[in-house]
Amino acid sequence: MEMTHKPFPSPTKAKSVAKERPRGFNGHRHDKYVAAAFLGPSLVVLGIFVFYPMLKTLYLSLFLTNNVGRPTVFVGLKNYGTLLASSAYRASFQATLIYVFSVVVLTLTVGVLLAQAAVQKLAGIRWFRTIFSATMGVSVSVAAIFWLFIFSPSVGLLDQLAASLHLPVINWLTTPGWAMVAIIVSTVWMNLGFTFLILFGALQMVPTTLYDAAAVEGASPRYQFLHVTLPMISPTLFFTATVTLIGAFKSFGLIDLMTAGGPNNATNLMVYQVYRDAFLTGNYGQASAESMILAVVIAGLTWVQFKFLEKRVTYE
Amino acid sequence: MMQINNRHLIWRYLGLGLLALLILGPFILGVWTSLLPTAEIAKGALIGGPVSLANYGAAVHQTAILRYLLNSLVIATLTTIAQVLLCSLGAYAFVFLTFKGREALFYVILATMMLPFEAEVIPNFATARQFNLLNHYAILVLPFLTSAFGIFMLRQAFRQIPGELKEAADIEGLNPWQFYWHVVLPYARISLVTLAAYSFLGSWNQYLWPMLTTFSDRFRPVQDGLRQLQSQETFNNWGMIQASAVIVVLPTLIVLFVGQHFFKTGLNQGATKS
Repeated sequence: MEMTHKPFPSPTKAKSVAKERPRGFNGHRHDKYVAAAFLGPSLVVLGIFVFYPMLKTLYLSLFLTNNVGRPTVFVGLKNYGTLLASSAYRASFQATLIYVFSVVVLTLTVGVLLAQAAVQKLAGIRWFRTIFSATMGVSVSVAAIFWLFIFSPSVGLLDQLAASLHLPVINWLTTPGWAMVAIIVSTVWMNLGFTFLILFGALQMVPTTLYDAAAVEGASPRYQFLHVTLPMISPTLFFTATVTLIGAFKSFGLIDLMTAGGPNNATNLMVYQVYRDAFLTGNYGQASAESMILAVVIAGLTWVQFKFLEKRVTYE
Repeated sequence: MMQINNRHLIWRYLGLGLLALLILGPFILGVWTSLLPTAEIAKGALIGGPVSLANYGAAVHQTAILRYLLNSLVIATLTTIAQVLLCSLGAYAFVFLTFKGREALFYVILATMMLPFEAEVIPNFATARQFNLLNHYAILVLPFLTSAFGIFMLRQAFRQIPGELKEAADIEGLNPWQFYWHVVLPYARISLVTLAAYSFLGSWNQYLWPMLTTFSDRFRPVQDGLRQLQSQETFNNWGMIQASAVIVVLPTLIVLFVGQHFFKTGLNQGATKS
């Protein structure tokens, strides 16, 4: 009866599973076939597009490569050595660290500010909550275009403001330090919607009785924030920090659109460097070594995040 | 007393207003300049000029912006359907089936979450070239048919399903597919919608991979389409570029505001449970 009823999209698998599966208890006997059918597609995709390329990247990072990316001469760790000795790569790494650190600190600070403002019980507060989450709907190229206009030379808003106030005009995107500021500001703005939503959710879950108790004790708002709010949302803050951190290490689109790594390589962050070395100059071996360094950094950060979440689960 | 309260209120709304301006400023500026003639923008005359929708007409007629939107819609829809299906099937196996190596395999999936796609583009590009998949929808969908994050998230959701349901299903003689389709999916529908929203936005926002693998407007998705507009001869046509950006951002904003309820539940689940 069940066999005529073909519930599977692929009939061959459906029949065999339906036929062989014992009814009632002891339902685990043929689980491995079902598991293969259910998990197989995902494993194939992950295998081809995640595991294989990771191993291949590691492999390529140990070779010199020709102009189409085929390995030619095995050089061991020499590509890594070259990178470590290269002042350009060290500068790229350092720029990435500055960028990532600033983005995380600013995103969290402004995010907490927004969330704290949005938990107030005021008429019309829903509108502000909606507005604060708005940049979650903004993609990287839209953000880049909006901010390019603000920062762009002469027609840009900032330069026009500066000119009308008789302040010195800054060439934002063509001055190394200011270009970094520009991409940091743009990234933070883009991050705020997501960060706000998560932190706001966490703030809403802090039991109001805690604040009532603190208020009875005569605690100032500042004290309440530092000793009630922050400890209560610290797990969420940590989660948000790691998500932002990992995202910042992977930044590419904003840099590509706003500065193309310039001026003078000031905003040439890690992923951009990989792109340049692999797809613009065809130095695949070295780009693979750069990819491996990037992968290790991100894997390490993700691992820390997992460990932390795991610990919290066992505590709860 | 009343007066003090009112004064407090004014300050509070002022603070909220400033924060809202910080968030909305770039939007407002983008929308405003999209209504101005490019010549006025170039002169720096942002106020007082004529306002019109001419830039939108120009964007629609002179650029491939609508084609880019269609491409992204196709790619994101396919990706979303595939991810919801494959991730839920995979998660089902980890929750309701017992098989040898289940734990080990789950750690393999977890490990996958640690590997950034950005560090794997070199071999993936070679794979795409080898199988003649460059410059086609397929290469923008295939690598993202499933996601380790999706499997992980749905596994958490499926674990909330009461064991009695599984026992009842076994007694009824439901096969795994029937239990999956008729019980598990409806039960976890909020998580499925959340995953669908993530998948859609994630695909919609892809930038690096489509940039490497698409070379023509026929397949180019919208993010790289904007890059194309911005880097081409239209570079100084600010009015039209802003109009294009507004055309691109509007659908996602609408989806976001309509789907916000789901986002919030999903995000908080991700952040607090896991």
